[in-house]
Amino acid sequence: MSLYNLQKFLYEINRDPGVQDRYRQDLAGLLGEFELTEEESGALRNGDIGLLYVLGVNGQILMHFAAFLGIEWFDYLDLMRKGIDTHGPVRDGIYAMTGGGQSFTVEEEKR
Amino acid sequence: MSLVYAGVCSHAPGITGRADLVENTALRDEFYANLHKMRDEISAAGAQALLIVAAEHFANFFMNNMPAYCIGMSDNYEGPIEDPAWLKIERRKIPGNADLSRRLTSEIMNTVDIAYAEEWKFDHGISVPLNFLTPDYDIPVIPVNINCQGPPLTPLPRAWAFGEALRRACDKVPERIAIVGTGGISHWPATPDSGKINEPWDRDFLDRLMRNDKDALLDYDDTRTYAEAGQGGFEIRTFIAIAAAAGTTGTLHFYTAELPIFAVGCTAAKFDL
Repeated sequence: MSLYNLQKFLYEINRDPGVQDRYRQDLAGLLGEFELTEEESGALRNGDIGLLYVLGVNGQILMHFAAFLGIEWFDYLDLMRKGIDTHGPVRDGIYAMTGGGQSFTVEEEKR
Repeated sequence: MSLVYAGVCSHAPGITGRADLVENTALRDEFYANLHKMRDEISAAGAQALLIVAAEHFANFFMNNMPAYCIGMSDNYEGPIEDPAWLKIERRKIPGNADLSRRLTSEIMNTVDIAYAEEWKFDHGISVPLNFLTPDYDIPVIPVNINCQGPPLTPLPRAWAFGEALRRACDKVPERIAIVGTGGISHWPATPDSGKINEPWDRDFLDRLMRNDKDALLDYDDTRTYAEAGQGGFEIRTFIAIAAAAGTTGTLHFYTAELPIFAVGCTAAKFDL
């Protein structure tokens, strides 16, 4: 129910270097300012891209958070697939997986 | 003066950010050459300002206050908001023209309730096209946004009416204006399906777009678009607005579905003003 708050947290991180600093230095304090479920705050605390994806975070927000965490592109795609393997289908939003987890690029297949 | 150039192109972040991962570098470079061709056309048209109609991705607008339509009204913008190392575009200030924005906005408001913003951080939806269209950033840019990120979305006939309003506004100012719509056609960006492209759907849409067939362009509904073209397909609104602004048929310079690493069918086209 608090997907809005979860995405707001990530929106703030993605666009504000000051919030990025707080994420690195005072994550607990920053998380405390948002009304989140335990599952959501845990996913943020652990940088759990797969769970965040399953919770319904818009991919346009999530991919920049992954980049902020230093996650390479193909690893980002894999983490989302693993999230579905672990937690089941995307629960909310419009960024559901429709391709059965397959890769759509030769570059990813050959890496 | 009037509208002196109208075109559309892709804006996916992979176009610059994943350039080094591309296997088919010849096709990649052909796409880049066609984006540069658009740059040359804009320059040859003597454009004094570039209106770029994009579908931004939560860089400035969030669900706490989401405008269906917004125009930038500043003398300076900044971008890209993404990590420059990730997007492979250096962050910088981009010149705007607040006075021109104000005049355009005043005219648009006669028919469309557009929001305006005196602060705007460009994301890849604008920064990637600018990287090719105005690499020297020597022409004022006026950002325009149509919310395409998620429902409720502005209906397609409203996007068409918005494009017509943009045209009326351009025709009422003395400056020579270029307008470019940026977005994807079918695509499933930032999901595990990144790289999935519905090429027949894209080609059918581009055929409608280049014929500037209003009825055919407005004959999509979002449920069907989402099923057949993904959430990225909602961005057809930007292309449709440009077709309405142009009011003419177009020329497709380039389209390929063979660069899926960019996560979109790569497109470059102009309307024959």
